[in-house]
Amino acid sequence: MFTRRQALLGAAAATMVAGALPKLASAAPVTEAEIAALPRQKITLVAPPFVHAHDQVATSGPKVVEFTMPIEEKKVVIDDEGTEFQAMTFNGSMPGPMMVVHEGDYVELTLINPDTNSMPHNIDFHAATGALGGGALTLINPGEQVKLRFKATRSGTFVYHCAPEGAMIPWHVVSGMSGTIMVLPREGLKNEKGEALRYDKVFYIGENDFYVPRDEEGNYKTYESHGESYADTVQVMRGLIPTHVVFNGAKGALTGDNAMKSKVGETVLIVHSQANRDTRPHLIGGHGDYVWEEGKFANPPAKDLETWFIRGGSAGAALYTFLQPGVYAYVNHNLIEAVELGATAHFVVEGEWNDDLMKQVVAPSPITTN
Amino acid sequence: MHVNLFEVAMGAVASLAVPFAAMGVAGKPVDTPRLPLAETVEIAATAIDYPLPGEFLLDARPATAASMKIETPAFRIMKRQVSLADYELCVADGACRPADARPNPLDVPVTGVNWLDAEAYASWYSRGTGVTWRLPTALEAAVAAGERFGGESFTAQADDPANPAVRWLRRYREEAAAKRPPDPEPKPFGHYGPNSMGIEDFGGNVWEWTSTCYERVTLASDRKTVLSKTENCGVHVLEGRHRAYMSNFVRDGRSGGCAVGTPPENLGFRLVRDNDFPLIAWADARLRGLLGQHSTPF
Repeated sequence: MFTRRQALLGAAAATMVAGALPKLASAAPVTEAEIAALPRQKITLVAPPFVHAHDQVATSGPKVVEFTMPIEEKKVVIDDEGTEFQAMTFNGSMPGPMMVVHEGDYVELTLINPDTNSMPHNIDFHAATGALGGGALTLINPGEQVKLRFKATRSGTFVYHCAPEGAMIPWHVVSGMSGTIMVLPREGLKNEKGEALRYDKVFYIGENDFYVPRDEEGNYKTYESHGESYADTVQVMRGLIPTHVVFNGAKGALTGDNAMKSKVGETVLIVHSQANRDTRPHLIGGHGDYVWEEGKFANPPAKDLETWFIRGGSAGAALYTFLQPGVYAYVNHNLIEAVELGATAHFVVEGEWNDDLMKQVVAPSPITTN
Repeated sequence: MHVNLFEVAMGAVASLAVPFAAMGVAGKPVDTPRLPLAETVEIAATAIDYPLPGEFLLDARPATAASMKIETPAFRIMKRQVSLADYELCVADGACRPADARPNPLDVPVTGVNWLDAEAYASWYSRGTGVTWRLPTALEAAVAAGERFGGESFTAQADDPANPAVRWLRRYREEAAAKRPPDPEPKPFGHYGPNSMGIEDFGGNVWEWTSTCYERVTLASDRKTVLSKTENCGVHVLEGRHRAYMSNFVRDGRSGGCAVGTPPENLGFRLVRDNDFPLIAWADARLRGLLGQHSTPF
């Protein structure tokens, strides 16, 4: 269902496409037959914070990359108090899995809405051009599936999310329906001088803001179905103050046994998405060596950042080589959100300590009086 | 807790007033005991191997807590933790602040109480029963916990003098391995059963406040001699499945934990019943309180 505002937004988008034409002018019009002749690759998605295996530098020409994602509505526990939450998920996880392709590849997604679900869903790819990011072509009822193809014309990390219509849009997003696609430049990542940058590992951290209603006594309410939770949840959403801000779908989901693992000398790419709300990742005791705050690899990365800003509705990427062993907290540096609301993850990093970088010169002891 | 001049004066008067107990303190009649006495368990005099609470340094590096054989005289301690119902009586009397307990049936331990709340309850309950009740020391809690004493579950030993991260990583893994599914709902009394001494529910999901202050101690190479010591009575020791240290004002164990670790699910307490010469005990407690409180910021 298109609103007047959406129609206007569509018109604006069409104007912008014209402006972008020079970038695409080199590519000759492609026919269906030519696309059909391209090599195809089928990817099995994996649950975050992990990312499916992929080449950082493309080893061949463009291809069609096939993905399949079932949508799953389900009840999950989102904190250490055992709060139950009526979640909506892509592929069963919050966030949805990260997809990786190269610029110029075609993304071909089969989206499935099993009949065990209760609501229509769709997908809006910020990386895609036209049709509300694909949302207008993918709205499916329980018991239906749809296949969408779009060309990955711009490199970078981009959010995807469910956007059915009207009031359903924010509700589905803050119920968990968002994820990220990373479109790598065919020649891989580069620094500001055009020199190649590589990572040994990539972690995908999706940040969610949840708005869980409370009862008269202040306890979180649980609901038997999504529909029953809707009216109360919207009231909390309209206050704009989340009850939970978490990584990977639950408070503490990336801590303890599930902490992310690395070692001294290893370079990690940390992709961070927030589909709804601004956030500011910070690695306590570390840095961002190269950071694409906006996530778009055609822009040179910022260097040596302490904290980086991820705009609501976008995904950014930070490259860091660990220099000291230890337990690192990776937080949303609104520390109230990090500690009280849940936005904390941990990296467990093995390796040799470097006294040159840091040393406790004198251990704690009573204050000396002269 | 403020140790003000009034209390100092009261303490002095009390110690003088012992022979005239019936007259009460400072002209005020002693409250007629009106509250029933909580059931207690008599713990016989014993000696245990006890890992001292606090943080220890040896050669400027974290060291395992000094452990020593310590004797304790006999004492009596509540069989059960203080209940939400009993705590509510103190609240109704205006002597305790309402606990941050979850809405619960009343026959569960009180939770969501800080050290100051526990102290307030102890003095209210002492007034109401005419018997002196106080928080156990960490040593008494260990003795009463018997086979359920958790103490320092995770050794603080610096594994590699050249690499402090080895200890951080090991502790992180140990804590992760010990992590349990969340179960913060306080359970009815008896849920966790008695220990071999008949003390109920120790080591369940309620950690218990003690009167012992946090200390940082620098040991000599014999691991026993104390070279220096800094006491911080703004932080007290709690015993439970593992030992915890919390600021006096913290009521929620999860928010009182450090950035990395498994914090207690709930904070509550049980009390030790001192001898039945109330004014002597009262004065004694006051004086001990005064001596022990010099660095308390509250």
